[in-house]
Amino acid sequence: MSEPANELGEPATLKVALRNVRKAFDDTTVLDGIDLDVAEGDVITLIGASGSGKSTLLRCVNLLEPIDDGEVYLDGADIAEPGLDPDPIRRKIGMVFQSFNLFPHMSIVDNVAIGPRKVLKTNKAEARTNARALLDRLGLSARADAYPDQLSGGQQQRVAIARSLAMNPEVMLLDEITSALDPELVGEVLDVVRGLKESGMTMLIATHEMAFAREISDRVCYLHQGRILEQAPPEELFGNPQRERTQAFLQRVLDAGRM
Amino acid sequence: MTTAPAPALTRRQAYDRARRRRAVIIATTSTVLVVATLVILIPLTPRWDRVRQSFFDGEVLRETFPGLLSAFWLDVQIFLWSTPLILVLSILVAVARGSRSPALFPIRAFAVIYTDVFRGVPVILTILLIGFGVPGLFESREWSNPLIWGTVALVLSYSAYVSEVFRAGIESVHESQRAGARSLGMTSHQTMTTVILPQATRRVVPPLMNSLVSLQKDVALVSLIGPVEVLRRAQIDTSLFANFTPYVGAAIIFLAVTIPCTRLADYLLARQRRRTGATAIA
Repeated sequence: MSEPANELGEPATLKVALRNVRKAFDDTTVLDGIDLDVAEGDVITLIGASGSGKSTLLRCVNLLEPIDDGEVYLDGADIAEPGLDPDPIRRKIGMVFQSFNLFPHMSIVDNVAIGPRKVLKTNKAEARTNARALLDRLGLSARADAYPDQLSGGQQQRVAIARSLAMNPEVMLLDEITSALDPELVGEVLDVVRGLKESGMTMLIATHEMAFAREISDRVCYLHQGRILEQAPPEELFGNPQRERTQAFLQRVLDAGRM
Repeated sequence: MTTAPAPALTRRQAYDRARRRRAVIIATTSTVLVVATLVILIPLTPRWDRVRQSFFDGEVLRETFPGLLSAFWLDVQIFLWSTPLILVLSILVAVARGSRSPALFPIRAFAVIYTDVFRGVPVILTILLIGFGVPGLFESREWSNPLIWGTVALVLSYSAYVSEVFRAGIESVHESQRAGARSLGMTSHQTMTTVILPQATRRVVPPLMNSLVSLQKDVALVSLIGPVEVLRRAQIDTSLFANFTPYVGAAIIFLAVTIPCTRLADYLLARQRRRTGATAIA
């Protein structure tokens, strides 16, 4: 295992740090010793084939999946410590899902307001006012009183991002957020992510959109069978991949016309 | 095609219209035939006159119907008391069965035993056992009101069934909804009450309606332990008049209530099918 030199930093100086994170479902190893540093304001993308562990990695960071071994640090504190109450930690970490996961029985504005209302105990009127302001910023104010199934996929995903942002998260996890969208709707969602980067949001992004990964990332990680095989700034990883497997993966993506 | 006020039918439209017309004619003819056969054949049976006298005596019906109707008010009251109690108890049992916390193990185990026992015993037996058994625990007569214990028996019996309906509803809400709620920092309790239960409840309305229609009829079983509700009243009138017509009167009253409810339940179910068929959001 001759890892290309990526010196690991001190967790206390980082926003998020993963150390030797392991996770298995029954007998299948999904994460096989993940080490990752994410500094404040970093945008890190995870690329790799389906089943390489990208989604599971994100779910482990906000503790939706308990890890089997290792540490997950947020601001230098191990949040994966057994016995810790995960709820207060999740508030600080926003997550957006591939299939949006909006609440179909609530209007758009309530989808966005429900987090602050229930978790931060903001009163209803104030939470809704804030939600409308947030929706306005994302160009969704006209749909605030509609229901999720009345919106296009792109609009729904933007609402899902707004729902996460309403909690004022310190880190955002984006799990293949454009994979369920029609091609012509991908752009509007990626625009929102670009805006987030500009505002300095720390983000971990799992994606199949290579062009986007190349454009937005500070660092790209190639995952293969639960390990980070290679990580580098995008121009290096895409322009001059060091590992054979990374080259093969990028070649396949290129052949499929996805880059 | 043209801008004429009454455009001619296309060949396909003409064919469809002819086919629809033929279907209506066939349905009408066959209905008339079946009804006519029944109306003609049943009176031809050898003892029809006797049956008509003892079950369909207009005079007896006129005399007993008002009494039956006011007795039915008691059925309605029992129903109106039981329904909210059943809904609350069954949601509690359904949620208890789905809980994962080890501290709640006794409650979970109790909920499982409860549903097993009360779903496994006929409603009528539950009413007899509770209606006659529980009052024996108390000395004072106030606690021996069969109305109360009959209602309690119905509630216990029906909640066991209805809790399974709710449990199915809760399990039908996709796991991703839970993930969405938990990722915002909601506790599992908040997730249940604000995200899972509201969706589960909407989904189970049609099967729930069916249970409530059954309940409307099963209320009559309480008559077994004493209260003079409509079935009991009909029984008394039947012996008073030596005629079975009051039973038919009671049946008419039940049908007047249950048929609209059944239709409503079917309508809700059809509407839900259309909706869930149209939108497939995980």
